[in-house]
Amino acid sequence: MNLGMNFTSSSSSWKSNDKASDQFPAGLRVLVVDDDPTCLRILEKMLRNCLYEVTKCNRAETALDLLRDNKNGYDVVLSDVHMPDMDGFKLLELVGLEMDLPVLMMSADDSMDVVLKGVTHGACDYLIKPVRMEALKNIWQHVVRKKKHEWKEKDFEQSGSFEEGEKCQKPLEDVDYSSSANEGNWRGSKKRKDEEDESEDRDDTSQLKKPRVVWSVELHQQFVNAVNQLGIDKAVPKKILELMNVPGLTRENVASHLQKFRLYLRRLSSASPHQNSLNNSFMGPSDPTFLNGLDFQALAASGQIPSQSLATLQATTLGRSTTKSTIPVALVNQRNIFSFENPQQRNNTGKQLNLLHGIPTNMDSKQLANLQQSAYMSQSNFVPSHTVQPQPRTQLLNDIAGTRVSRNGIDFSRSNSEMRVSKNVVPNYDVYNEINQNRNQDWTLQNVGSTYGSSLHGGPDVLRPVLVESGFSSKGQSSIPVKSLGIDQQFNSSLVDNSLRVKAEMGFENGLYSGHFGQDDLMSAILKQQEGMGPVGNEFGFDGYHLDNLPV
Amino acid sequence: MQKQLAKMKQSLFDQGYLDEQFIQLEDLQDDANPNFVEEVVTLYYRDSVRLVQNIEQALEKNPLDFSKLEGYMHQFKGSSSSFGAKKVKTECTQFREYCRAGNAEGCKRTFQELKKEYATLKKKLEVYFQLARQAGPVEKACRPK
Repeated sequence: MNLGMNFTSSSSSWKSNDKASDQFPAGLRVLVVDDDPTCLRILEKMLRNCLYEVTKCNRAETALDLLRDNKNGYDVVLSDVHMPDMDGFKLLELVGLEMDLPVLMMSADDSMDVVLKGVTHGACDYLIKPVRMEALKNIWQHVVRKKKHEWKEKDFEQSGSFEEGEKCQKPLEDVDYSSSANEGNWRGSKKRKDEEDESEDRDDTSQLKKPRVVWSVELHQQFVNAVNQLGIDKAVPKKILELMNVPGLTRENVASHLQKFRLYLRRLSSASPHQNSLNNSFMGPSDPTFLNGLDFQALAASGQIPSQSLATLQATTLGRSTTKSTIPVALVNQRNIFSFENPQQRNNTGKQLNLLHGIPTNMDSKQLANLQQSAYMSQSNFVPSHTVQPQPRTQLLNDIAGTRVSRNGIDFSRSNSEMRVSKNVVPNYDVYNEINQNRNQDWTLQNVGSTYGSSLHGGPDVLRPVLVESGFSSKGQSSIPVKSLGIDQQFNSSLVDNSLRVKAEMGFENGLYSGHFGQDDLMSAILKQQEGMGPVGNEFGFDGYHLDNLPV
Repeated sequence: MQKQLAKMKQSLFDQGYLDEQFIQLEDLQDDANPNFVEEVVTLYYRDSVRLVQNIEQALEKNPLDFSKLEGYMHQFKGSSSSFGAKKVKTECTQFREYCRAGNAEGCKRTFQELKKEYATLKKKLEVYFQLARQAGPVEKACRPK
């Protein structure tokens, strides 16, 4: 179980925040944007007096750059409405989309329509200038509220499971992924959100983000073993938990995981699962920026990922166009797999991209994280980054799409039965390499099935299961060398988006999926499919999956 | 000296030159930034020169671009109100009213008033700050509530 992942080290500020987080709201990292130097100076001073860490800038573009460069660097943004280079509302939208940070608007204009505009554009609050200390003292609420909200959403989707990517970078969260904290939090969020939660949260302010359980390959395997042992019908969380005997894992964690697993199985058995649902259901917390968060550098450094691929990945995740969508390929795979079931499912093209960006699903991210950890055994510091907002995703998607969209999960459609991924997946590195090379997929998912259930083959196998998880949900076809894909998948899925995640999750026991990922670019295939799909639903987006999407 | 300072401050408030926001700023002052308010006001006067010029130029155009003027004035108002320049702020509001009404004359007239208030405040604050420096940081303790 990867509870102790080094998510912390996403940025030094994170660490420094740990300290600050103990005295929350002190140390809240605020970015204030105002073109008026007088106001800016005053705000800065006021915020400093609130013991916040203030960064000021007088241009929206600068602010965006800062935010983009330090994804985890800020907790909240304060922006003026009227600015010469960019409308404050536009900045608000972008920040909300890309970084998902709480944004507060300020203006001397208190006319209702402007305030309304602020609210409708998603501002967490609207402060009338001149801004008073009292107003600023309270801005931390928005941080908490937002985190909580996201947390709850995630909770809703995966009750109690770990939430990996920082949806919004709320560094206040301690990187203490103890599941008890998780549990507590989960409970808190399950309860009626408001006061109770708030107070609970307050107690926990240092851990605003409850640690999420990372369903690593091994963990999942243990889970599956336990379920098998008990029999799927009789597998109740409590018993599973007992059988698994993993310290720190809570019943709730297991319950939510089981839920997903069940969905996965259901999908496997049902003839035409909706991709969507698949996607949806497994879209765990989306961490579009998961990959971003992933410490690519670390990964590369550890020699695990060839730096090119790393760069590519990074680029892709960041939504910049990459020529080779290595990851996308993987994504495609995944998508394809799923898509054959329901080719039109992919509706979230954009979201799919998310996967690229981050490992949206908790599972994915977790797994990925796991993968990373196990595979790279090292420092993966990957920090689940905040969810990448659809925007980048879409960009990414477009980018990828641009490059390769030719293939679609066509193969899927045709070969329901045969998606054979001839390539045996190799342990991560290979996968990545493969991805890099855009191989054609002949991904024979051979080891799939077993992988999951059993220990993966060999070392890298560990990664494989992930693949399986990532969900090739074939309908019980045999050997889906998901494993191999898995890694990609995992990675991809993480990159991609929730849908992948979903798949991943689905790929539980029998991730036997033999699909023929014929196309060279599974990714493109997927993409294509996705493109075919409607606009990516937000569901996949950032927050874990929305159960509503499940076509249950 | 403290008393003198307090008195002066009180009078500025009574005469409506300053409002509560000024106190907010003074509250921010601490050992590290004992002259924060002065710093802000200096910054304001420096920065607003450009704005004043822009408005003047805009007022010379014919016909007046009211929406642009309104935009300028919005900025001016924001700036001025940020440190409590009450009278200046009032003039800004008035100016905007005239803009909305499309009243060029009103705008020009109001702007003249505004400039006057702006200059007067500057002088008064200069005196005030000088006194404040002499009186020292203790001044904070006896600010008018």
